[in-house]
This record gives sequence, structure tokens and C-alpha cells, in this order.
Amino acid sequence: MIQLENVTKVYRMGKVEVQALHGIDLTIDDGELVAIMGPSGSGKTTLMNILGCLDVPTSGRYLLDGTDASRLSDNRLAKIRSRKIGFVFQSFNLVARTSAVRNVELPLVYAGIRGRRNPARQALAQVGLGDREKHMPNELSGGQQQRVAIARALINDPTLLLADEPTGNLDTAASAEILRLLGALNDLGRTVVIITHEEEVAAFAKRVVRMRDGRIESDRVQRSRTEATA
Amino acid sequence: MNLREAVRIALRGLRANRLRSVLTMLGIIIGVASVILLVAIGNGVQSSVNEKIQPLANLITIVPSVGNVPGGAPPKDLIDADVAALQDPAMSRDIAAVIPAVSGKALTETDSYRFRTTVIGSTDRWLDLNNGDMSAGSFFDDAQVRSTARVVVLGPSVASYLFGKDPAAALSHTVRINRQTFRVIGVMQSVGEPGDSIAVMPLNTARRYIFGGGDKVNQIIAQATQASAVPAAENDVIRVLSDRHRIKDTANRDFEVQSLRSRLDTFNQILRVLTLFTAAVAAISLFVGAIGVLNIMLVSVTERTREIGIRKAIGATRRAILEQFLIESLVLAGLGGIIGIGLGVGLSVLGSVLAPTLGPTFATFAPAVTIPSVVLSFAISLVIGLVAGGYPANRAARLRPIEALRYQ
Ligand SMILES: Nc1ncnc2c1ncn2[C@@H]1O[C@H](COP(=O)(O)OP(=O)(O)OP(=O)(O)O)[C@@H](O)[C@H]1O
Ligand SMILES: [Mg+2]
Repeated sequence: MIQLENVTKVYRMGKVEVQALHGIDLTIDDGELVAIMGPSGSGKTTLMNILGCLDVPTSGRYLLDGTDASRLSDNRLAKIRSRKIGFVFQSFNLVARTSAVRNVELPLVYAGIRGRRNPARQALAQVGLGDREKHMPNELSGGQQQRVAIARALINDPTLLLADEPTGNLDTAASAEILRLLGALNDLGRTVVIITHEEEVAAFAKRVVRMRDGRIESDRVQRSRTEATA
Repeated sequence: MNLREAVRIALRGLRANRLRSVLTMLGIIIGVASVILLVAIGNGVQSSVNEKIQPLANLITIVPSVGNVPGGAPPKDLIDADVAALQDPAMSRDIAAVIPAVSGKALTETDSYRFRTTVIGSTDRWLDLNNGDMSAGSFFDDAQVRSTARVVVLGPSVASYLFGKDPAAALSHTVRINRQTFRVIGVMQSVGEPGDSIAVMPLNTARRYIFGGGDKVNQIIAQATQASAVPAAENDVIRVLSDRHRIKDTANRDFEVQSLRSRLDTFNQILRVLTLFTAAVAAISLFVGAIGVLNIMLVSVTERTREIGIRKAIGATRRAILEQFLIESLVLAGLGGIIGIGLGVGLSVLGSVLAPTLGPTFATFAPAVTIPSVVLSFAISLVIGLVAGGYPANRAARLRPIEALRYQ
């Protein structure tokens, strides 16, 4: 379970201060599928970075499964990222010149888990890339790279899957495939948070949080999940 | 994450950037190889020279001083009695043998050719003391010295000029020196010029037929019991001769005592300084290599900032990143060091194989690789790896994941 209590984030650039988040309160239960929407610059990525323990709030509390993650050391945050969180970025962020299966293995390497090759293969097969194991990122299409990224995000069996505009760089067919994968992961009980600009993607979520100027503008639960392929 | 894993990631990183890795190593390879090679060459020269001079290192040469002391007594010649005094075993425990020699320039002629030679008159021990060898015939013996036999032993240049390449061809022929006839009884092996253009005969033969009578000698050769006894033997020589020549002030000495050993020591000292100097120059190239590694590691880390962000985002700790980059540069430096050692040793071996084909001067020249130079240069390259990798690695590891990820 995720709890944000009055979270703020201020970026300091020399003398200029940019307040990206103004007192965010948000609770996300285990197993939810949440879409975060909002105009550019409204603080979505900032929020996501805090949720994913890539950054810490300037003030307020962030409870991840009861632990306050807002005041943890670099190392503890790395451990949490390694054990609980899976990331999918808009720009894929695969390690260059490293094969697909190796990329998928990496989180297990840093978690200190042995016998990684098979889980990595299975994860790749799960996203439909069983035949692309040895390909380098630059030998894969955008959609394929994003699927490798999803395989990498889920290999650690994370309870929280975060996707920052995962379909932003993809065409509709590839987007639909990514959404289907994320939906399937949610069906397996994982918490999934997706940042998106696209209404079709939002329509796919059970709950939509809308942001504006660093605040939550609305937080609606939808009746049922519609398929985004429509 | 354990060390093996870290090494594997680092190796993969290096393989993924092959050209850059090779270029980085090149600086270290060249640096290490040149340190090893230059030190080896220095050592090779030293031992080659030592090997040539060592057999002669226990010789002491005494010659009359040139020039007169203003206001002093006229300088005394070295004479047979001086030799006899030095030969007295009671005079020194450190002198094994003493022989006199007279010498001068003269033409050595056959009917058809003439050759300008240095004629030396001495005893039958001359060849032995000078560590010479015969290539044909034999040296004159004690009986021939006593009987003032009209025999001569020729240096190889003289023999081949007068009688042709085959040294045996000169035997039993006669040559004329100073219009006197001598029978050639032997030809010596080459020791290099000017030592090859000589003609050696019994002491009194030379006096009677060439240089005129008298008991004057041009040179006394004393042999110390061993090379390390040379300084003591020199002191004994000086003591005996100063006594005989009634010299009170060392500045007024009318003879000079020289030994190869002291010259060899000076030479070795100079050579050691030179070797150290060239090694220092090579060390500078190693240092430049180190800066190259530092530069490339810095660029490499900056260039891979995004990769660092990705790795951190998926769970890499600061330590994992630090290890990865540190091991990368250690492997680069270590591998560069090993290849450099291989190259340096290989070139040294090649040098010792090829040197003899360059002519007799290089016959005994063999670059000698020394263990300290290998160990030291390898250690230095590892230190380079640690420093050059450690600094950027530490910077990289400190980056916050979002900062690193945002880097374009
Ligand atoms: N590292 C930073 N330094 C300074 N200001 C920042 C930094 N990151 C974000 N901001 C500012 O914080 C605000 C929120 O940025 P954020 O990236 O969260 O927006 P976003 O909702 O993700 O926008 P987009 O939809 O364009 O990705 C923006 O005004 C941005 O300029
Ligand atoms: Mg964003």
C-alpha cells in the first residue's frame, strides 16, 4: 500500500526555486491500476519519481508498505527499488550494447539472486520476445524495446509497477500491446501506476488521478476497465 | 551482488566498448613495455661491457708520467729493477704477477707489403695476462725469452694484411721489422683494434734489435690476485715505486697507475645513471598513459551517465556502480600492464636474438629484463587503474538516479 501525506517537492536551481508538487495526499491500495494524467509540467514525473524511490520529497511523508521512504539513505532506497519496484520509462532506458536477456537479468544481478537466465528467458517469453533474447536494444523496434523494459520491470516480482508514459513513443498497435501486458500484470495482483497523456490509456484504468500545477485536481474511480484497443 | 558478478559486469562493459578499451590500454602498454625494455637494454649494455672487461679487471698498468715537475728532480724512467722490486713476493700479498713491456711504432714488412704496427717486447706471460688467445701457432716461451730468440707473434690484422686471411699462412714466414728479420711463430685472435695491429716478441729481442738496449721499460703490467684486490695492489705498487723513486709528494709522482677496474666502476656508474634516466623517461610515458586512462575513464563515465541512472533505477547501489567502474579501469590497467610486460620482455628477447647478427660488437649484447622493473611497472599500472578509475567511479556512484537519467 502506498500513502502520500502532504508531499511537496521543490527543485532548486541556483536562486530560482520551482515548486513541482504542492501538498499531495494520495493513497493507492495494493492491486490497483491507476492512471495519472495532467498537462505537461503538472508534476506527474516528479510524483512518479517519488513513488519509485528515485527521489525523495522535500517535505511530507511517503509510506511504502508502512515504511517511511522519504527519509531513507541512498542505499536503503536502492534496496527498495531492487525488491519492490519495477519501472517502465517513456524512453525505454535499456542499457545500450547489452542483449535483451541481459537487460532483463540486471535487476536480479543487483538483488543478488543466482540462477537468473531462466527467469529472464521466461519474462521475455511472457512479453512475446522469446525469439529476441540475444538482440541488442538498437536491433529492436520501439515496441519491442518497451516490452523488454516491461520484462525487466517485472522480473523482480515487484509489488509496484510504475510506467511513465510507456506508450508515448509507440504507435497504436504497439501501445495496445503494452497496455494489454500491464493490464495482465495488474490482473495478477500487482499495483500498476501509469502516467499518460492519452485518454484511451486512461480509459483503460480503474482509477484516474488528474493533476494540475503540482496539485491533484480530481481522483475518480471508473466502473470498469475498458479495452484500449477500441 | 558479489565480486564475481561485478567483474563480469565490468568485463561486459569493456567488451561492449572494445575500441575505447584498446585505446585506453595502449598508453599503458607502451609505457610499461618501454620501461621494461629500456631498463633491460641498460642492463644488457652493462653486462656486455662487464663481460668483455671482467677478465682484464684485475690488471694494473703502470706507465711513466709524461712531463716534468717544475723545479723538481728529473723524472726517473721505469726500469727492470722497478719490475724486479714489484715482483718480490714480500712486497705485496695482493699482486699475483708482474711483467715489463717495451713498445713503439714500427713498420712490419714482407717483400711485397708493409704494415704499420705497434711492436711490443715482453715476457711469455704477456698473452696470458692480457687474456689473449692464439688462432694459429703458439706464443713464445720462457726459453725463447731467455735466448733472445728472433721470433714474433702477430696480431690478426697484421697477419691477414701481410699473408692473407688464413692465419696459418703466416707461420714460419719471416717478416722484417726495423730492417731486422724475425720468424713468425704465431698469430693471435682478434680483440678489436687497435689491439689487432701489433707484433709481440721477447723483451730483450725487442730491445736488442728494435728499440736499442738499456733497462728502460714503457709499461709494467701487474696482475692483482683478484679484481677486488686491485685497490690494495695499486696501493702496494705506489708504495714500492714511490719508495724506489724517492717521491715524497704525491703530486710529483713520475709514474701513473691505471686499472680497468676503476674505469669500469666509473663506467658502470655512468651507465646506471643513464639507465635510470631512460627509465625515468619511460616512466613519464607511463604517466602520460595514466592521464590517458583517467581522461578516457572520465569521458566513459560521463558518456554512460544515463546507463548509471538506469542501473540505479533498477536497484544498483552506490557500491555496485563504484565496483563496476573501478573494476573496469583496473582490468584495463592490469591487462594493459600484462600486455606491456609481454611486449617489453618479447622485444628484449628479440633484441638478444637479433643483436649478434648486427656484428661482433654486439655479439655479447643481450637486453636483460629485471624482475624489479617488471614488478614495479605492473604495480604502477594497477595504481593508475585505481586512481584513474576510482575518481570518476566515485563521481558516477554518487549521482542520484533521476539526475543521471535526465542526462542527455
Ligand atoms: N530537475 C528539475 N529541476 C528543476 N525543475 C524541474 C526539474 N524536474 C522538473 N522540474 C519542474 O517541475 C515541474 C514538474 O515537472 P514534471 O517533470 O514532473 O512534469 P510532468 O507532469 O512530468 O510533465 P510532462 O508531461 O511534460 O512530462 C515543471 O515545471 C518542471 O520544469
Ligand atoms: Mg513527465
